[in-house]
Amino acid sequence: MRILRHRLFWPAAALVTLLVVNTIANPNFARITIRDGQLYGNPITILRDSAPLMLVALGMTLVIATRGIDLSVGAIMAVSGAVALTIIDDSPNPGSVGTVVVAVIVAVVVGLVLGVWNGFLVSVIGIQPIIATLVLMLAGRGVALLITGGEITTVNSAPYKFIASGYLIILPIAFFIWVAAVVVVSMLERRTALGMLTESVGINPEASRLAGVRSRGIIWSAYIASGVLAGIAGVIYASNTMAADANSAGYLIELYAILAVVLGGTSLMGGKFSIAGTVIGVMTVQALEKAILFLGVPPAQAPVFFAVVVVVVVLLQAPRVHAWGRAAGRRMGVGAKPRTDDRKEVAA
Amino acid sequence: MPADTEVQPIVEMRGITIAFPGVLALDGVDFRLIPGEIHSLMGENGAGKSTLIKALTGVYAIDSGTIAVSGSERRFEATADAQAAGISTVYQEVNLCANLSVGENVMLGHEKRGRAGIDWRATHSEAERHLAGLGLRLDSRSELGSHSIAIQQLIAIARAMVLDAKVLILDEPTSSLDRGEVEQLFAVIRDLRDSGVAILFVSHFLDQVYEISDRITVLRNGQLVGEHLAADLPKDALVAEMIGRELEDLAAISDRADREIDRTGTPIVKATGLGKRGMLEPADLEVYDGEVVGLAGLLGSGRTELVRLLYGADRAETGEVAVDGTSVRIHSPRHAIDHGIAFSSEDRRGEGVVADLTVAENMILGIQARRGWLRRVSKAEQDAVVAEYMEALGVRPADPHVPIGNLSGGNQQKVLLARWLATAPELLILDEPTRGIDVGAKADIQRKVAELSEKGLSVIFISSELEEVLRLAQRVIVLRDRKAVGELDAHEVDLDGLVDYIAHSEEGSVSR
Repeated sequence: MRILRHRLFWPAAALVTLLVVNTIANPNFARITIRDGQLYGNPITILRDSAPLMLVALGMTLVIATRGIDLSVGAIMAVSGAVALTIIDDSPNPGSVGTVVVAVIVAVVVGLVLGVWNGFLVSVIGIQPIIATLVLMLAGRGVALLITGGEITTVNSAPYKFIASGYLIILPIAFFIWVAAVVVVSMLERRTALGMLTESVGINPEASRLAGVRSRGIIWSAYIASGVLAGIAGVIYASNTMAADANSAGYLIELYAILAVVLGGTSLMGGKFSIAGTVIGVMTVQALEKAILFLGVPPAQAPVFFAVVVVVVVLLQAPRVHAWGRAAGRRMGVGAKPRTDDRKEVAA
Repeated sequence: MPADTEVQPIVEMRGITIAFPGVLALDGVDFRLIPGEIHSLMGENGAGKSTLIKALTGVYAIDSGTIAVSGSERRFEATADAQAAGISTVYQEVNLCANLSVGENVMLGHEKRGRAGIDWRATHSEAERHLAGLGLRLDSRSELGSHSIAIQQLIAIARAMVLDAKVLILDEPTSSLDRGEVEQLFAVIRDLRDSGVAILFVSHFLDQVYEISDRITVLRNGQLVGEHLAADLPKDALVAEMIGRELEDLAAISDRADREIDRTGTPIVKATGLGKRGMLEPADLEVYDGEVVGLAGLLGSGRTELVRLLYGADRAETGEVAVDGTSVRIHSPRHAIDHGIAFSSEDRRGEGVVADLTVAENMILGIQARRGWLRRVSKAEQDAVVAEYMEALGVRPADPHVPIGNLSGGNQQKVLLARWLATAPELLILDEPTRGIDVGAKADIQRKVAELSEKGLSVIFISSELEEVLRLAQRVIVLRDRKAVGELDAHEVDLDGLVDYIAHSEEGSVSR
């Protein structure tokens, strides 16, 4: 029964359930085929398509751990995509690898600068995170439109298209990008003390300050990470569409990212965070979107279906629901177990 | 020996057992409350007092045992069930709404109704009637937050009376009250007892327990040790029951601290004219090698403010600080830590522990912060710190990987002490390190302070319990009304003398 208490048990259970339902509803769901030495199929598509949300949710996890929130990630995606495509569009040689490398680097640096800006407002000026990032959320898409000159810039560049749709060995490039990001962020947080200090600041900022933690830098770094990751997400998104659409790039992705973080078991109250949980959360959101297609839910009803499943998944994870479940179990005389979740203190 | 009584208990708890992961918090405890009696629940931190109260108020579900109210067995699934059974609680931190009026708080959910909704005039006059019953003459329309904690506590009791409580639980109600306020509270409690309410009283002030209690139950390590009539239980027997061994002679600690300090050299830390408008008038402070300097004064006298300015927790507007004779600028806790100064705040929960992190992580937080994020304290180093302090300070439970929030106050305090000792400071500032913790842990912490200062650590020790200050310090600085008013040699003053000085010393009558 120990596994039941693991903090990732319920998020993982929700994901597995969703995948099983999808497979039962349509056995084709789980089919993977090999063409030209490359893997294709719905599971592969999920792995590939989840890249932008995964990157954004990864940054969001760190920001939420500091008790903050970053609403500007969608806008940052729009800006970084616009920057990348405008550079390629303006270049005399859009198909060259060099142009694409420059475009990608500049786009990611723009994401970094925007992250620095958010972090400055929050950690130095002391503006509440939701307001500080709302500024960029609202202004960012305007900036993106300015960059593209008010048009939807479309380009034709094989190397750039390769980022989102290309394959490395047998799996999509985009999959490798997010795996690399997850690994790098995990190492950065857990191999150094950044993760623990971030949690400390998120749990009790004043105690952390008095213990000598430089919380300003730690909070700032979370927003910078979020900006960089959103910048990369914007590059991938634009590569997928090959068009810089300032209005639809990363539209509402901040909310899906928050959802994925919460589904992964990280509390919006800040503090303890789980990167593995966020990975599971993102997969859950992606699998759910696929399920809507696969189960043939009419587009008009899709949002309602999505919402219902999310509510069920969230309920499954709620400690209070677990307590009810155990109480019901006890009444029926099975698995009599002490209630443990909502006990915080073993004090006298 | 449980003393017998003619009266039927209103609450009877039998064989209460509650297990937390890894800890048996209560192990088959019996407890009863009798109408018209004040019953104190005593025990060290971690003995199970809070857990028993939470079982009685429906916060925790019990794993086994029975709770009977007025003879009929009850099952409390939530706090509302306990309230419906007539059990009300007044907590240490008042759980009312500070931004509502006094009357709204007292009558919440029981407002008087007129033809057009709530009749506020009748509601407020009803509230005032209840308050008057407790000897309180207040404007029922005034905002709750505008009253002192003591008055708020009495208002909370008035609210319990509106709920028609037959059982009133008072959990550490006196910890932030002054003497006069305690008298007022006790008068109210005695009146309630005489009107037939059963009262469960918890306090770590032994004198107050004896002053107010009719009956005392002692818990230790989650087990019932005994139930006694207060009159039949001498104080030393009570303490012995609580800590399970003969109380170590605190005089031994006092003897250790009773030594001459060499004050001819350069002080470790010397502050001159340290002050900030609205916080503290410019004050001087010197601490020498191996010296324990006590700061004495009432709450709000400036004793906490002085050390916060010294530590950089608040930024001083005036004054200079010299460490080892070199003038330094301390604008933040970081600067202070870099100069070998450590500060443990009086607000353990708000400014001390990082609740969701483990005991081990809390212990290394100080060293980790000093090193920065890039150079992580390795597993081996962490284990070494944990091994050094868990045993030396007697932290319970002895598992370093549980969240510190699960520990009792005294054990949290020990972990915080370890956090600072691990940074090897030259000056350790302890602000109320023994507040709200049990007798055993208090003795442990005082013994540790005496031992460390013998080895050369300088300490600034602040405590409301003046006996502790006199026991540990060689020199006492007295503060009143945000001003340092004098300095006393701890060998030459006794408790009465110190109290007298705190209350009456004239400005300028500095004795040394």
